[in-house]
Amino acid sequence: MSSMILLRRGRVIDSRNGVDGVRDVLVRDGVVAEVSEAPLQVQDARVVDATGKLVLPGFIDLHVHLREPGEEGKETVLTGCMAAVAGGFTAVVAMPNTKPVNDSVLVTEYVKARAREARLCHVYLAGAITKGLQGEEMAEMGALVSAGCVCITDDGRPVMNAGLMRRALQYAQLFNLPVMVHEEDLTLSGKGVMNEGRTSTRLGLLGIPPSAEVAMVARDLVLLEETRGRLHVAHVSCEGSVRLLREAKRRGLNVTAEATPHHFTLDDEAVGAYDTHARMNPPLRTRRDIEAVREGLADGTLDAIATDHAPHGVLEKQVEFDKAWNGVVGLETALGLTLSLVREGALSLQRAVALLTDGPAKAFGLPGGHLAPGAPADITVVEPDAEWTVDSARFFSRSRNTPFHGRRLTGRVAQTWVSGRLVFEDGHIKESR
Amino acid sequence: MRHLLGIEGLRRADIEALLGRAEAHLHGGPDASHVLRGRVVANLFFEDSTRTRTSFEMAAHALGAEVLNWTTAGSSVSKGETLLDTVRNIEATGPVALIIRHRSSGAPHLVARHVRCAVINAGDGTHEHPSQALLDAFTLRRRWGHLDGRTVLIIGDILHSRVARSNLHCLTALGAKVVLCGPPTLLPPGLESFGAEVTSHLDAVLPRADAVMCLRVQSERQGENFFPSAREFSRLYGLNAARAERLKPEALVLHPGPMNRGVEIAPAVADGPRSVILEQVAHGVAVRRAVLEEVCL
Repeated sequence: MSSMILLRRGRVIDSRNGVDGVRDVLVRDGVVAEVSEAPLQVQDARVVDATGKLVLPGFIDLHVHLREPGEEGKETVLTGCMAAVAGGFTAVVAMPNTKPVNDSVLVTEYVKARAREARLCHVYLAGAITKGLQGEEMAEMGALVSAGCVCITDDGRPVMNAGLMRRALQYAQLFNLPVMVHEEDLTLSGKGVMNEGRTSTRLGLLGIPPSAEVAMVARDLVLLEETRGRLHVAHVSCEGSVRLLREAKRRGLNVTAEATPHHFTLDDEAVGAYDTHARMNPPLRTRRDIEAVREGLADGTLDAIATDHAPHGVLEKQVEFDKAWNGVVGLETALGLTLSLVREGALSLQRAVALLTDGPAKAFGLPGGHLAPGAPADITVVEPDAEWTVDSARFFSRSRNTPFHGRRLTGRVAQTWVSGRLVFEDGHIKESR
Repeated sequence: MRHLLGIEGLRRADIEALLGRAEAHLHGGPDASHVLRGRVVANLFFEDSTRTRTSFEMAAHALGAEVLNWTTAGSSVSKGETLLDTVRNIEATGPVALIIRHRSSGAPHLVARHVRCAVINAGDGTHEHPSQALLDAFTLRRRWGHLDGRTVLIIGDILHSRVARSNLHCLTALGAKVVLCGPPTLLPPGLESFGAEVTSHLDAVLPRADAVMCLRVQSERQGENFFPSAREFSRLYGLNAARAERLKPEALVLHPGPMNRGVEIAPAVADGPRSVILEQVAHGVAVRRAVLEEVCL
């Protein structure tokens, strides 16, 4: 028996297939069956009126920390997936810095099992580049790939050993696997806890210069060119990195990159009077860097908006600034912050949607990210003009560490569909589990 | 003033009111031993200190307060208690003010957001040391009458100095010109935006100074490659007798202590006629009395 859903008269934006206009979308058995300019008449279909709304491919976040196994007090696969679908994400890539680290089939299988139980969104796994994220010995990449990992990364930590990084880029080609990198030269970041600049000087906090990131981007692009591997640069924070990536892409290197909503929205003055919610790595930079990241998002230098959703509790955040942990939650605020860029004229709506859908899908070769017939029916329905105020107490995430609490945002998720199942609607997770 | 977390953001009038109050205390003034009678002031020193802790203690006693002296040695901090748990427990005993010295910049700000009593920053990491800057300004003001148009040269490790930051804000607010001098590795960016003149060439600015403040060279900075050695630092930035001779005849010499004699300052200069180093210490109690009155009353 087939189940059909008809999303009627919404504005469909599907950059891969060049669609932007009012369409009817018919879903059959969890996949897109038809996208029609003319209204469709279908018997026995569940009809959803999407008039005045955006009907978009489900968002894909290449960079989230689900914290399970090991730190379930901060987040679990279930609560992380709840936050994801509430934010319009139908797929997330879970980082390997869990406890234990995902450097094995066992951990990969465990997280996949939790995700199946949660039954909300697709959870793809990132495996570690090195055993225990120690930066010393390569993890068993073949085993991780066979267990389903879609990329490898030591995220949160750089691979300081250039020789090892070069071999990882070479070896990963065996599996056509992207190597995702957290770019930070630890000898340059030192004991720094925020961007080096006027604000770090004012607060007497040790600074992290942009060179800590840019020098590593430069190194890895050199290694990439030599190895012809596949590189993905995580959470780009500064102008110098954008410039190097733009040049690398012009020269045809196989590199992709992402930026986070916090890095394209806030500068280092957000640290204010030692607000640990503004502590992250890489740190918030300057207005100039924000502009450069926005330009990179607009001109295709950067491929994806990723949240680096990093839940922490009060034990990690309600402490001295230099003892606080890095990271902010991002899944439930990403859409509103991205649409702010559209309202400010930094991005077209089409480009903004591409950065949440087609861009990330292509970067890691994931299904979805578009709505052609045959594509999985991962669909996010957005009310583009709905205004709301961020209230961290109402997050589905188990953690509250956001610098955006109290901020007015425009653009809200009305519905999230995953494989043709309605998993989130009007502020509520649908209890179909 | 509810708390004293830093000098940054204080207006000239606020600072002058505090210095005026301190002046009254220094001259004896009316008996103040009843002002905080029956009240408790808690000294919370998460980092070692001699001068500042005893100075606040004497100031509190002079106002009639009881002093709870708390240090990390033998406390629950060694058992992993968080800063907020520690201060909340101490606050529960009912002090009117918490005086906090901590190695993390911003620790007093965190505490101030979570307690009801007054918080006084007695030095936080590499951020500020407001009572030190007030007593430095007080010392200079007593010598000069006012600071308008004067040039104060601060030499050494500006990057890691809470004394330099507080003095920059305090002296600038009072109308003085502050020149910050140190090796390029120890000059953080953006200092000019707070009104400072910044240089690495000491000998060029020495003759312009009406007062020179030498900062302590912290031994832990050696080995971090901010400069090659204490010897080279001393050669380039030490206030030795030859340099002191190039100062204006009436120029004053300050040091917040503790001194590394022979490194940032030569003994002959520290103990010489220009030195007001012991005056600084002597003024500390009067200034801290004024601070306690200001935030407690």
